[in-house]
Amino acid sequence: MSNANSSGTLTGSHYLDGDHACSEGAIAAGCRFAAGYPITPSTEVVERLSVRFPHVGGRFQQFEDELAASIALQGAAWGGAKACTVTSGPGFSLMMEHIGLAAITETPCVFINVQRAGPSTGLPTQPAQGDMMQARFGSHGDYRLIALCPNSPQECFDLTIEAFNLSEEYRVPVLVMLDEVVGHMTEKVVIPDAKEIQVTPRRYTKKKPGEYKPFEVPAGSLVPEMVKAGDGYRIHVTGLTHDERGYPAMNVPTHEKMQLRLNDKIVENADKFVRWEEKNLADAEVVVVSYGITSRIAEKAVQQARAKGVKVGTFRLITAWPFPEKQIVALSRKVKAFVVPELNLGQMALEVERVVNGRTKTVLVPHVGGTVHDPAVILNAILESVR
Amino acid sequence: MSAAVMENPVNKYLRTERMPTIWCPGCGIGTTVNCFARALDELSGSGFPLDKVAIVSGIGCTGRVAGYLKLDSFHTTHGRAIPFATGLQLANPDLKVIVYSGDGDLTAIGGNHLVHGARRNADLMVVCVNNFTYGMTGGQVTPTTFRPAIASTTPYGAYEETFNLPMLMDSCGATYVARWTAYHVRQLAKSMSEALNRKGFRFIEIAAPCPTLYLRRNKLGEGLDEMKFYKEKSVIKHGADTRTVGLDYRKEIVVGKFVDRARPTLEEAMEQRMKDALGGKYVPYVSPGADEASDVAHPADPAADAVHGE
Repeated sequence: MSNANSSGTLTGSHYLDGDHACSEGAIAAGCRFAAGYPITPSTEVVERLSVRFPHVGGRFQQFEDELAASIALQGAAWGGAKACTVTSGPGFSLMMEHIGLAAITETPCVFINVQRAGPSTGLPTQPAQGDMMQARFGSHGDYRLIALCPNSPQECFDLTIEAFNLSEEYRVPVLVMLDEVVGHMTEKVVIPDAKEIQVTPRRYTKKKPGEYKPFEVPAGSLVPEMVKAGDGYRIHVTGLTHDERGYPAMNVPTHEKMQLRLNDKIVENADKFVRWEEKNLADAEVVVVSYGITSRIAEKAVQQARAKGVKVGTFRLITAWPFPEKQIVALSRKVKAFVVPELNLGQMALEVERVVNGRTKTVLVPHVGGTVHDPAVILNAILESVR
Repeated sequence: MSAAVMENPVNKYLRTERMPTIWCPGCGIGTTVNCFARALDELSGSGFPLDKVAIVSGIGCTGRVAGYLKLDSFHTTHGRAIPFATGLQLANPDLKVIVYSGDGDLTAIGGNHLVHGARRNADLMVVCVNNFTYGMTGGQVTPTTFRPAIASTTPYGAYEETFNLPMLMDSCGATYVARWTAYHVRQLAKSMSEALNRKGFRFIEIAAPCPTLYLRRNKLGEGLDEMKFYKEKSVIKHGADTRTVGLDYRKEIVVGKFVDRARPTLEEAMEQRMKDALGGKYVPYVSPGADEASDVAHPADPAADAVHGE
C-alpha cells in the first residue's frame, strides 16, 4: 500500500452526489485515464472527470460507444494507467464482452455501473438493482470478478478507491454497482487527507525481460506480476486461452489450469476482502439482507419491526460478488428467515436461497424498480416471516 | 561443401518459437508481415527503440499477426483493436502503436471505430490486410467481397456494394492512406516504413490472396495465380483522387500512396485545447513511469526496488 496523490485528492468536507463521489474516489485512487460514453444516470461521473482530470494530470476520452470505452480503458491499463469506465443499463450490456476480456487477460480496471430499470432502454433515470446477476454472469464463459455496492455518496467515494485497490491486488475487473438513487442523492462526503488514503500501486515485476513470464504466478500467490507496454518485456496478451508465456494454447490442460487459477485467485482470497455491515444480529430471529438504496429503505422497516418487538437484524451486502457465503451460512443455522428486498424480481435472493440451502426460509420482497420499496411492504414481509 | 546459412533478417522481429503460423500455404498475410518486419528493421536502424513499439490486433486470420511479432503485442476482441490501441496510446504516449487486422475485423464489426479513429486522428498506424473474406470462420462475405463473388454465406454470389477503403479513410481525415497488394513487397515495406515515421491516423490497405476460401470457392486458382493477377492488374497511381480508386471484381487495382498530410493528432488537439482553455492551471498528463526515480524496464537497478517495492 502507498498513499493517495495529494495533488489530486479533494481533501475536505463536500456536498456531493454519488456519481461525483465516484469521480473523486477514482482520482484519489490514482485513476488518470477514463473512457466513457454518455448514458443516464451515470453520465455525471465522466462529466466530473472531464472537468477535473486536466487539473490533476489525467485524461478522459469520450468514445463512439460503450464497446470502445470498455476496451480503451484496458489499453490504457496496459499502457500503465489506472483506468475506469462508467455506464448504465444498455451500456453495461454492451460492455459484457470486454469484462470477459479483462478477466482472462487479468487486466486491472474498474467499471462503474449506475443501475436503472430495464430490460432494454427501460426506465432511464429511474432506479433498479436489476443488473446484479448480469454483473456476476453477464459475459460468456466461466470467470470471477468483484462487485461492490455502495449505499451512500460517502461509500461511493470509499468503495471506488477500494475497487481500484482490489483490481490491482487481484488483477481483476472490479464493478462498482450503484443504483440511480445512490448515484443521484446528495450527501456529505468527507474526503480524508491524501496521507490517510491507502492506495494499492500496480504490482510490477522485478524480474528482467527474459526471466519474466506474464502469466506465471510467484510462489505462494495466485496473481501474476504485471509489466506495462514499452518496458522492454515484449509481452503477448490475448483473449484466447493462454499459457504462462501468454501464448495461445488451445488444449484442455492449459485451459483447465488457467481457468482454475482465475477462479481460485478470487475464491481463495475472498475472506481477505469481502465486506458487509451487520446490525442487531446477536438475538435476531429474522435477518433482512439488502444492499444499495434498498438497505436504507429496509432500515426504516427494521426499526418499525423492532419497535413491535420482532427480533430482526440486518445484513447489508457491501461486496455482492464474491457473495459473503460463509456469513450467510452461519446465520442460516440460527435464524428463522431471511428477508431479501431488492429492486428486481429476485436476483441476490437467489444467491441467499442457494447458500441457505433449505436450512431456513428465504423471503424475497421484489420490486420492479422505477422507484424504491414502501418500507411498509418490507415491514409486512418481516412480520409474516416470523409468524 | 557447405556454406554458412544466414539467419533470415526478419527472424529477430518474430516470435520464432511460435512458428509455424496458422496461415495456409499461399496466404498473403505472412508476406505482409515480412514487409512489416523489414519496416521495423529500418525503424530500429534509424534509432527508434522497438521496445517502444506496440502492436494490437483484433480477431481473425490477420488478427493473429500480433502474436507472431516480437513486440509488446495485444490480441484483443473482434473489431475493437482501434479503441484498445487508442487507450494504450493516450495512456502511454511514448509508444508507437500499430493496429494490424483484417477487412472483416476492421471494416465490418469494427467499422465504427475505424471511422472515428480516423476522424479524431488517433495516433495509430492501421494495417488492413484485405483478403475479401472472413478466413478464420470459413469464408463468409465481408464489406469488401465483390459482386458477384461466391462466399459461404452468399452461395449465389455477393450482391452488396463494397467499401472503397482509401476514399472512406481519406474522407474521415486519415493523415496517410496507401494501398498495395501482396505482390508489391518492396513498395509495401517502404510504405510501412514511411507510415511508421508519420503522425496521426495512417491507413494501409493490402489486397492479399486467400487461396483456401476466396480463391478456391471462386475458381480463381492458387495463391501464386493471384499474385500474377495482382502483377498484371495493378496500376501505380500515387496521389490519385481516392474517389477514383474503388475496386471491382477482377478489374484494375489502383495502388500507391494517395494521401500524406499533417493534421493535429487526437493527443495534440486535446493538449492544445486544454492549454488554451486552462492556461497555467492545466496539468499535462505524464506517461506512467516517466515521473519515477528509476525505470521499471531495468529492474537490475537497485533503486527500482525502492520505488516499486511494497
